[in-house]
Amino acid sequence: MKKIYLDNSATTKVSPEVLDAMLPYFTENYGNPSSLHSMGQEANVAVQAAREQVAKAIGADAGEIIFTSCGTEADNLAIVGTAFANKKKGDHIITSSVEHPAILRTCEYLEKEGFKVTYLPVDKYGMVSPESVEAAITPQTTLISVMAVNNEIGTIQPIREIGKIARDHKIYFHTDAVQGVGKIPIDVRADNIDMLSLAGHKIHAPKGVGALYVKKGTRIQALIHGGGQERNMKSGTENVPGIVGLGKACEVAIRDFDRNVAHMTKLRNKLIEGVLKLDHVRLNGHPTIRSPNNVNVSFEFIEGESIVLFLDMAGIEASTGSACSSKNLKASHVLLACGMRPEEAHGSLRMTNCEFNMEEEIDYVLETLPGVVNRLRAMSPLYKKATQTVS
Amino acid sequence: MMYSPKVMQHFSNPQNVGEIPDADGVGEVGNPVCGDLMTIYIKVKDNKLEDIKFKTFGCAAAIATSSIITTMARGMTLEDAEKISRNDVAKELGGLPPQKMHCSNLAADALKLAIENYRRKLKGLPPRTGVTEGEDEHAEDGASCSPDQQPEQLK
Repeated sequence: MKKIYLDNSATTKVSPEVLDAMLPYFTENYGNPSSLHSMGQEANVAVQAAREQVAKAIGADAGEIIFTSCGTEADNLAIVGTAFANKKKGDHIITSSVEHPAILRTCEYLEKEGFKVTYLPVDKYGMVSPESVEAAITPQTTLISVMAVNNEIGTIQPIREIGKIARDHKIYFHTDAVQGVGKIPIDVRADNIDMLSLAGHKIHAPKGVGALYVKKGTRIQALIHGGGQERNMKSGTENVPGIVGLGKACEVAIRDFDRNVAHMTKLRNKLIEGVLKLDHVRLNGHPTIRSPNNVNVSFEFIEGESIVLFLDMAGIEASTGSACSSKNLKASHVLLACGMRPEEAHGSLRMTNCEFNMEEEIDYVLETLPGVVNRLRAMSPLYKKATQTVS
Repeated sequence: MMYSPKVMQHFSNPQNVGEIPDADGVGEVGNPVCGDLMTIYIKVKDNKLEDIKFKTFGCAAAIATSSIITTMARGMTLEDAEKISRNDVAKELGGLPPQKMHCSNLAADALKLAIENYRRKLKGLPPRTGVTEGEDEHAEDGASCSPDQQPEQLK
């Protein structure tokens, strides 16, 4: 059976050109960048070249890029690293209620360590208002962290405006742009960003590599101590092939940006339009200010995990916004923050495309989905009640 | 998280889906807020379950447990049927993921309630519902929406 992969916000395939760029660093140029001999120095040159590529993709300088092992580590470094380094100045952090767990759980950890955290509410589209950010600032605020693009519903946050507010108040601004790179234009200077997290495996580089941009002059301290790699900010021997892959993926993401975004947007719009023709379904997230690759819809009366598993049997790989398939059975914190009732939030389905998806795949999804939804609704006690009430 | 082949079999091809319009007993349990709601309908003849059907809103585990309990209980005496426990259902399915044991493994409760409501009906009493709404109640019993807290220390 042919597989249609529509879970690119979970992870992406490594693209052939990224893989080609990485391969020599496994078996030929496998040196340690800290070694003085020529193979070590070749590896060092490759890491520095990748640093340039990553920096260029977001408008930063190469010296401002710290390679990490994943997006979560980048988020932890940004939040914990600045919170502790600036503790004398203040102990208050502002974030949003729709952040990725890499931010939310990290902020909760800091609360246990005595910091105060404000979790800003969002509107029904999951958007943070810059006014609410400004209103939450206290003299103790040292950091504001708001994601660039929401991983579940795709809503694009007004990071430039939030960054401006942070800059005006001399507060650091971090953005988790793991879902933003390659999807929306990002320029750390114009967008007033002090720190930005990104992850390789969301942009066709492998898992196990990420990066944190840290603006020159930012007070931040390391979480991982050791041999002093990455200017002492992330000790440990560099994941050279991964870093090379991340660099290449960033270069490609920017090189093909316009074409990819146009393609993803076309597929996204086609899918949204088709799905919304079904009964008792709604689009989650902002109708237009959303990631070009994100479709998140809620089907009433049925549960997301069941939808995902039935789609999987039909060869379509998607995910549920409700976290019932993970260890936490609660409805999605993002959808709840948008004001959705939990029973509705349980019926959400996320389908995230990439530049490698084809229009015929969307056609197949639109042919398959109604059958899956109808089958589950026929089993659901809620559906009958609701349709009886209607008629 | 992985489901056993038996769970997937019952989920993809559920047995006895539907309603019994003139059911002798109906057991409705769950909480839509938690994402699981289950109704079991029974028809009783000579103290035995002559027919049993279900309707379920929920995840694969919820659907599979509903399906398998209908196959387990059909033809049983009421006394035997109400002895079927959550663990019996999970065992029959070849196990359930731990986080699904509390929340989605409601079929035994639904069947017990259907039998209870059948007996209440015989006595002229109104049926009892096993449906809860809202999250507070569940926060108290600590069972339904939230699985056990993650341990602070690795074991």
